[in-house]
Amino acid sequence: MLLSACKDSLPPTFGSLFDASNSLTFASHRFLLRNQPLVREFTRDKITQNFPAINETNPKSDRYQKLLAGGFAEWRLPIEGLVARPTEFSLANLKSLPSRTQVTQHNCEQGWSAIAEWTGVPLARVLQEAGMLPQARYVVFHTVDGWWDSLDMFDALHPQTLLAYGMNGGELPVAHGAPVRLRVERQLGYKHLKYVSRIDVTEHLDDVEDGTGAVGAAYGYSWYAGI
Amino acid sequence: MARHPMLVRITHWINFLSFLALAVSGVAILIAHPRFYWGESGYFDTPAAFELPLAVNLDQTGWGRDLHFLGAWAIVLNGLIYVVWGLFSRHFRFDAYSSLQRFAYLCVVFALLPVAILTGVTMSPAITAAYPVLFSLFGGRQSARTIHFFAADLLVLFLVIHVALAIRTGVVTSMMSLRIRQQ
Repeated sequence: MLLSACKDSLPPTFGSLFDASNSLTFASHRFLLRNQPLVREFTRDKITQNFPAINETNPKSDRYQKLLAGGFAEWRLPIEGLVARPTEFSLANLKSLPSRTQVTQHNCEQGWSAIAEWTGVPLARVLQEAGMLPQARYVVFHTVDGWWDSLDMFDALHPQTLLAYGMNGGELPVAHGAPVRLRVERQLGYKHLKYVSRIDVTEHLDDVEDGTGAVGAAYGYSWYAGI
Repeated sequence: MARHPMLVRITHWINFLSFLALAVSGVAILIAHPRFYWGESGYFDTPAAFELPLAVNLDQTGWGRDLHFLGAWAIVLNGLIYVVWGLFSRHFRFDAYSSLQRFAYLCVVFALLPVAILTGVTMSPAITAAYPVLFSLFGGRQSARTIHFFAADLLVLFLVIHVALAIRTGVVTSMMSLRIRQQ
């Protein structure tokens, strides 16, 4: 079981001397998480005030600003790649799918943490709608401002992995990634991409962009952010 | 003076290098957010339990975290080898050490290091998903982070005193010497 988990999806390597310890971390975490536990979900009274919004908080691109001005009525999320039915979901489409609401703690790699309520459609459901193919191994996410990252199926299909369009009972604010951001609760905050604009389902990561699995690799950030 | 066995000397120096890596990378990680909280959450807008007078530097956590986890694996795996071997070879004798030394070593091995390790993994969203009891143990994620900082500081304090005394009493005269000083 451990060996097949290792074989099927080791994290992409950055060709550095940290490969050994990062791979050990990844493999040991996947073993500990083999029964797919959920992260803690809190009651609404635990929601913290003034949840920090860092990095991009209002994408400058004309296209985004136009979509925002139109209330994201014209916004579409393409699901492409290894799917039987490549689909473009509107916000209304996503909201019509079964939703999940979870009050969880966001853990930033910088060290701070805050609790919010997130509402969205489980990514697994969206991938099912698009008819994800059996050879699919990874889900790649692109954002409106050129950022990109990826998850393997172990995290992509987890019940708490959401395409979130709601926050704290209302619409997801612009500063927090409107109209849709990713929630991947068993990993640190930098994996929770804001302003998701395109999703690609793939079998390999080495032929996606620069082959490192995430643009953050260029800044030294580990692809696997379980710790 | 008699010398410690080869395995003791090797694991000891690996521990030293691992600890240096952890301390240096720990600072790199700390300066991304040199504020500490107590309880579950904490961020810029919440009152801090205390703040350190350090400039925020967000650019060192890439290599910092990689080095920190490399050092963590090294100290845990190497430490396990040392402890298991030490038990089987009956290496652990108390007659060669003063009561103060015994207290210090027991503190480090059975209190400070385990606390540092456990509070460290309490900052892992993955490990805590499997073992949420860690949050109860330490009083929340931010409490764990704060405790981790204090355990690390005490370990650094131990290191400084330990090195000073070792040099002064002559039990270390070169990297591979590491002698036993009979009381």
